[in-house]
Amino acid sequence: MEAMLQGIGAASASVSPCPVDRYYRFGVASLQSLPVIRPEGRTIAGSILRSCRARQFITKAVAAKADSNATSAASKPGHEVLLFEALQEGLDEEMARDPRVCVIGEDVGHYGGSYKVTKDLAKKYGDLRVLDTPIAENSFTGMAVGAAMTGLRPVIEGMNMGFLLLAFNQISDNCGMLHYTSGGQFTIPTVIRGPGGVGRQLGAEHSQRLESYFQSIPGIQMVACSTPYNAKGLMKAAIRSENPVVLFEHVLLYNLKERIPDEEYVVSLEEAEMVRPGEHVTILTYSRMRYHVMQAAKTLVNKGYDPEVIDIRSLKPFDLYTIGNSVKKTHRVLIVEECMRTGGIGASLTAAINENFNDYLDAPIVCLSSQDVPTPYAGTLEEWTVVQPVQIVAAVEKLSQ
Amino acid sequence: MQQSMDFPGGRVALTSKMKFIFESSEQRIPCYRVLDDDGYPISSSGFEQVSREIAVKMYSGMVTLRNMDTIFYEAQRQGRISFYVTSFGEEAIGVASAAALSPDDIVLPQYREPGVLLWRGFTLQEFAHQCFGNKADYGKGRQMPIHYGSNKHNYFTISSPIATQLPQAVGVAYSLKMDKKDACVVTYMGDGSTSEGDFHASLNFAAVMEAPVVFICRNNGWAISTPVSEQFRSDGVVVKGQAYGIRSIRIDGNDALAVYTAIRVAREMAISEQRPILVEALTYRVGHHSTSDDSTKYRPIEEIEHWKTAQNPLARFRKWVQRNGWWSDEDESELHENVRKQLLHAIQVAEKTEKPQLSDMFTDVYDQVPSNLSEQERLLRETIKKHPQDYPSDVPI
Repeated sequence: MEAMLQGIGAASASVSPCPVDRYYRFGVASLQSLPVIRPEGRTIAGSILRSCRARQFITKAVAAKADSNATSAASKPGHEVLLFEALQEGLDEEMARDPRVCVIGEDVGHYGGSYKVTKDLAKKYGDLRVLDTPIAENSFTGMAVGAAMTGLRPVIEGMNMGFLLLAFNQISDNCGMLHYTSGGQFTIPTVIRGPGGVGRQLGAEHSQRLESYFQSIPGIQMVACSTPYNAKGLMKAAIRSENPVVLFEHVLLYNLKERIPDEEYVVSLEEAEMVRPGEHVTILTYSRMRYHVMQAAKTLVNKGYDPEVIDIRSLKPFDLYTIGNSVKKTHRVLIVEECMRTGGIGASLTAAINENFNDYLDAPIVCLSSQDVPTPYAGTLEEWTVVQPVQIVAAVEKLSQ
Repeated sequence: MQQSMDFPGGRVALTSKMKFIFESSEQRIPCYRVLDDDGYPISSSGFEQVSREIAVKMYSGMVTLRNMDTIFYEAQRQGRISFYVTSFGEEAIGVASAAALSPDDIVLPQYREPGVLLWRGFTLQEFAHQCFGNKADYGKGRQMPIHYGSNKHNYFTISSPIATQLPQAVGVAYSLKMDKKDACVVTYMGDGSTSEGDFHASLNFAAVMEAPVVFICRNNGWAISTPVSEQFRSDGVVVKGQAYGIRSIRIDGNDALAVYTAIRVAREMAISEQRPILVEALTYRVGHHSTSDDSTKYRPIEEIEHWKTAQNPLARFRKWVQRNGWWSDEDESELHENVRKQLLHAIQVAEKTEKPQLSDMFTDVYDQVPSNLSEQERLLRETIKKHPQDYPSDVPI
């Protein structure tokens, strides 16, 4: 497990910033593409979302380009955090910045949340702003909807994403729809977040991939974080968004460590992340599978392949601009996801790419997903419901023939 | 022998006598009323004196509501609107409860409370626009008829599924609590709603969070065709309050003054003590569940007629208002005539008003129209261009 999680991938030359009027720009009024420089020297163009209190984001002009991976050096800028700490930082910063932001969920208060994302927030902001609720997901989600309609900006935590199935009605009919059915009179700027995905022998009910079920709901946005950097950035962006956003975290990624900037930053909710540029094949993935893909990428590079790895991050809507550019370059697509085969994110992504970029494909899209079974408890069985690096390597080899 | 013990949750007395609490009390919780069946105030009721202005406004509101229901129901039968829900028999609950609130109190309705909106100043024309789903509708034609919503009247947009507004009401109260506002939340529900999980969780949450919510249950005896005897086996809804640690009261929902008085007090308690209150208003659903229902199929016509005449909330209140010298028979006929005229006019205007334009199908899904929806709109317009004869001529593009 640990081996898989190191090494986000060797960085190559910096990625050029994206132009201001992006083709698939999604609902953002004022755009200012500002390169947000990461300490390792890679530049990732991010766009700053409209914010009600105009703030100057300080970008640290670290000129050094990347020639090596992040090796620890005391003089490096930024600070090291674990992914759950990055989420907590993002939440803390937003709560300090805007008194309307509050947290609602089970055991989020003094217990600090089941994965400690809300640790110490109750001490800092009080029991009302970090609210412990009785066990009724549909009800506290409904409560958050009502609070949002009255001007608060609640962040709802599902102790496990799977439990939010009980909140489906409030998420779908109310979060998603009330802005529309009220004729725009009421907005629901909520963030719904929690740990999901297949963990370590947590059993079927604690291994849900809710992005599958929620992707059809009109009116919501969905994002999945995978690194401490994008976790903090996505958390902040989601809180600032006027739309309801579902932020998918993964149970097994909370202890990932990374050095993130000291200065404030936000990442775009609608952009994919270029993890490893390449020429031969486009591998699209998100959340934990990113690490399986990068593990496979190492093997593939040794075998002489040059895969382009994109962490799609935005599950609804898809960043078809970044994805399209990649497809136009490589002409082969492999999707690696943790969703089940039927009706998953991969299924929708396959359809979207086929529809939009059919002419650019040299081969049918291959999608590696989990099987259509409930996740078994037995460790070996569980391991084989999740796509493994060897399968990814084999798929790329087959795709490249 | 040990007398009491500290368990998690507090100290309890110990007993060696095994005794089950009965499933029902010997006596049902009594029902508070101010006016008797003939509109005479019961001397011991201690009701809050209502001014002439408020009394006349309340009565006129109830008459207006009844006329609106009659005429819009007819409009549906004539095929001019697709759907309608009446409040026959429950006019007092909506209008009188609204009269007891301040305009800052936030209302989350179920769907049978247009009386509240009427009291707050929603015009007959605005009601008509929503029912016709035209471009003047605040909901931009996106919801079925009677799913009113108006943020300027602090009346949240109605959502069809039952009881979803209850946890939302707790959330709104939470927001008011954070802002320390001198206002409360009032949310309405029917007897059927009390079976939904959301009802129980909301009451529980409100109690735990000490949220200033007034829960008003219109127990009208029927949930479409399900009578209350098949909905729950408790003594109605009022007894459920105590199970959640909530102060509750049962009132006569057909008595406008009882409703007014009780809600005034409930509101005061909710705000000053920061606690939820449960009010069960007993009444009867005189009309059908909606225009999609024919209630004579599952209940005797005699029963309906009885409640329509003998327990008519309008007649009862009118007697009291008129005896005070604040209303006359001339006022009555004048009001009916005026309101009917206004309603017919409102319907005419609403019918002629344009429907919302095509772009309104894609706006407000998100705060701004995203590219995928723009694309879908573009494709739709292309299709319409290619097949203009298949597209309704009265819907602007």
